[in-house]
Amino acid sequence: MADLRSHFAGIRSPNPFWLASAPPTDKEYNVRRALEAGWGGVVWKTLGEDPPVVNVSSRYGAFNYNGNRLVGLNNIELITDRPLAVNLAEIKSVKRDYPDRAIVVSLMVPCVEESWKRILPLVEETGADGIELNFGCPHGMSERNMGSAVGQVPEYVEMVTRWVKQNTSMPTIVKLTPNITDIMQPATAALRGGADAVSLINTIQSVVAVDLDAMAPMPVVGGLGTHGGYCGPAVKPIALRMVGEIARNPATRGLPISGIGGISTWRDAAEFLVMGAGTLQVCTAAMHYGFRIVEDMIDGLSHWMDQKGFATIDDVTGRAIPNFVNWNQLNLKFKTLASIDQDACIKCGLCHIACEDTSHQAIAKLRVDGTRRYEVIDEECVGCNLCAHVCPVDDCITMVPQPVEGVLTWPQHPNNPARVGK
Amino acid sequence: MDPRPDIAANRLSPECLAIRFADAHPPLTGGQAAIEADRCYFCYDAPCVEACPTGIDIPGFIRGIATGNLAGAARTILESNILGGSCARVCPTEILCEGACVRTAQEEKPVVIGALQRHATDWQMDEGTQPFPRAAETGRRIAIVGAGPAGLACAHRLALHGHTVTILDARPRPGGLNEYGIAAYKLPDDFAQHEIDFITAIGGITIQTDRMLGRDITLAELETTYDAVFLAIGQAGVRALGIAGEERDGVLNAVDFIAGLRASSTGADVPVGRRVVVIGGGNTAIDAAVQARRLGAEEVTLVYRRGAETMSATKVEQAWAQTNGVAIRYWAAPLRIDGPDGAVGSITFTRGRLLDGRPVHDQDTFTLEADMVLKAVGQLFLPDPLDRGAIAIENGRIRVDAHGRTTRRLVYAGGDCTPGADLTVVAVREGRDAAEAIHADLTTATGA
Repeated sequence: MADLRSHFAGIRSPNPFWLASAPPTDKEYNVRRALEAGWGGVVWKTLGEDPPVVNVSSRYGAFNYNGNRLVGLNNIELITDRPLAVNLAEIKSVKRDYPDRAIVVSLMVPCVEESWKRILPLVEETGADGIELNFGCPHGMSERNMGSAVGQVPEYVEMVTRWVKQNTSMPTIVKLTPNITDIMQPATAALRGGADAVSLINTIQSVVAVDLDAMAPMPVVGGLGTHGGYCGPAVKPIALRMVGEIARNPATRGLPISGIGGISTWRDAAEFLVMGAGTLQVCTAAMHYGFRIVEDMIDGLSHWMDQKGFATIDDVTGRAIPNFVNWNQLNLKFKTLASIDQDACIKCGLCHIACEDTSHQAIAKLRVDGTRRYEVIDEECVGCNLCAHVCPVDDCITMVPQPVEGVLTWPQHPNNPARVGK
Repeated sequence: MDPRPDIAANRLSPECLAIRFADAHPPLTGGQAAIEADRCYFCYDAPCVEACPTGIDIPGFIRGIATGNLAGAARTILESNILGGSCARVCPTEILCEGACVRTAQEEKPVVIGALQRHATDWQMDEGTQPFPRAAETGRRIAIVGAGPAGLACAHRLALHGHTVTILDARPRPGGLNEYGIAAYKLPDDFAQHEIDFITAIGGITIQTDRMLGRDITLAELETTYDAVFLAIGQAGVRALGIAGEERDGVLNAVDFIAGLRASSTGADVPVGRRVVVIGGGNTAIDAAVQARRLGAEEVTLVYRRGAETMSATKVEQAWAQTNGVAIRYWAAPLRIDGPDGAVGSITFTRGRLLDGRPVHDQDTFTLEADMVLKAVGQLFLPDPLDRGAIAIENGRIRVDAHGRTTRRLVYAGGDCTPGADLTVVAVREGRDAAEAIHADLTTATGA
């Protein structure tokens, strides 16, 4: 049985599944329910300075696709709108009752050292296991020069991180915004500032949908809309890339990463772990289905680790990183061909039309004794995988790697004007 | 045992009948339709389209439903099949579009195309608008004999092209089999008439009822008065069993039983036997048997001379009858009907079997007690209304080419009076295609 215990940047938890700083972790009531449900830890919803912010009514907008709800979720809620003292008291109470869980507190105060100096001892006094600096929130707070307004300026990231590290002994996680061009800039800045870990991604600036009657972005607040922060399953690919980038880059190698972004299942979790994450933060999936989803996440991850022979989370973290390379390290001699299992084919024709209209005209549309038949034309197939992706039948179209002799990458390729050794 | 057969009306309360003859398959909700529409793979060269006799662009209209474009969905259906609303309700989709759906091959659970088609066409009919503009009047006049699906489809397409159409129908109400020949719970709430109102709203179509070809008017007269004639006179004859006792009281044609029920507002005044035996294997037999049960018959037995696999009623229809408490007995041919004082008391059958690939009924006999016997062993085209010898008849139906042209110039035919499957949707195609042929012949033969 795999050991799911996590030891992350000095923070211990019985499993790597934490609830992200967000509405589900705004109050003691919710957090206790989460911990009872089995979550390894929580990042308490971001605390700020008093007086607390005010939130609007009508806060979420959804991206639904083909009958699936909440493929993406957009929110315009700010940080906690409850007095600081209330949150601190509740954090203390929860930590006292759940000493084995990770209770991390998210913080966001103005870019003034005094503000950080004021709040850090108050948090430390609660017995919390660590803090997460919210340099990511891309809406509302960023208009007040906090959140992603800080995260988008590497110098600020480094400066504030340093202030924090100089004023507390608590493990410090810096939460990064994806609303930048190069994730390595804020990541290395956090490292320079002394961060113990980074967490990413925070939400992506978004207009999730437009109400075509109100003629306003959703969610509509009294006839008006504003951009929000986008999360949920749809953002996972963006998050995986950024996590992997930090994990594989020599400048940040070894920096603990808490992976965030659309994690909904144990499989998502496993993917984040092998791409370099040490812990996993979840929000949208819990908001969609409730806290008990963690049961299958724990169970599924554990079974998968047993199956793969991984004993601990550390055995899993970063497993795929050696194989995550730049494009120009890919072997241009590699070739794979589509193969259609004619017995499994249901004759929907989607492979044909996808290839015919938009790709390489490599799937022939035939009639054999009046029956539809779709056949791959090997000479035309470039192995792009599109047909296998559009086929609605599992394992009907498989991509079959062909025998390859040797390796030829772009740096060596004759077509490359700047090839090595030219 | 009471020797008198028990045939009575008012077996059930009006409330009970109202429930039993209400919509057997209620419409999808918007949410259900959205989920079902999303199950469609939007196949290329979709097998369902090929399986639809009217060739509706099924993936195209389902995409309209999925995206909330119901107007586009309805138009896509109706431009191929103006009776898309009734076809959505009466088509044996399990052997047509849904049978061909790739999800049937994948998981034996097709997209419910019929129900989705109803969703879109209901939306259009609820809008109360006619989606197709009529072309400028051509001054051409066409007579259509028979206001059933073939006649109506032909009329709409001709009107669309700007021609002026007069439909004559022998019955008091138009609609043909949709009005008189389909189980009430398949087309409840006077749907057939609503659909006719929708179709004729395009303009240029007049319907004259109680006007029978051969009785009130002749083909020659129509040819003189109109530029072209489309015959959609269906099958007016009913096959006989040809057995002793067939003339007894209580032996009815199933089509007459069904028509009587459709003509009744509640069904309460329709007499039905306590024990009913239905003979036949088609949809008429099923509709008669199930409706007899729903009227309150205690025992209904459907007897078919061959096995389930050769029954023209689909498996879904057979299961529907069985769900409604109809007992189906296979491999039995009627031998004779007996009973007291010229009435029905029992019917005797000979058991049959397959011998060298052919059915033979040479086994022992069995007898079912019955108060009523409904005959549903097939209908016949009766050529009598046509002027003798004017039009070629082939294998008992009017001979037509692929476009509905008969052997007589500017006389066309379609629907059940011509060869081909006796399905509403086939009749619609034949009416539609004949209209295109008429339009082409009249417009290219200008001055002739």
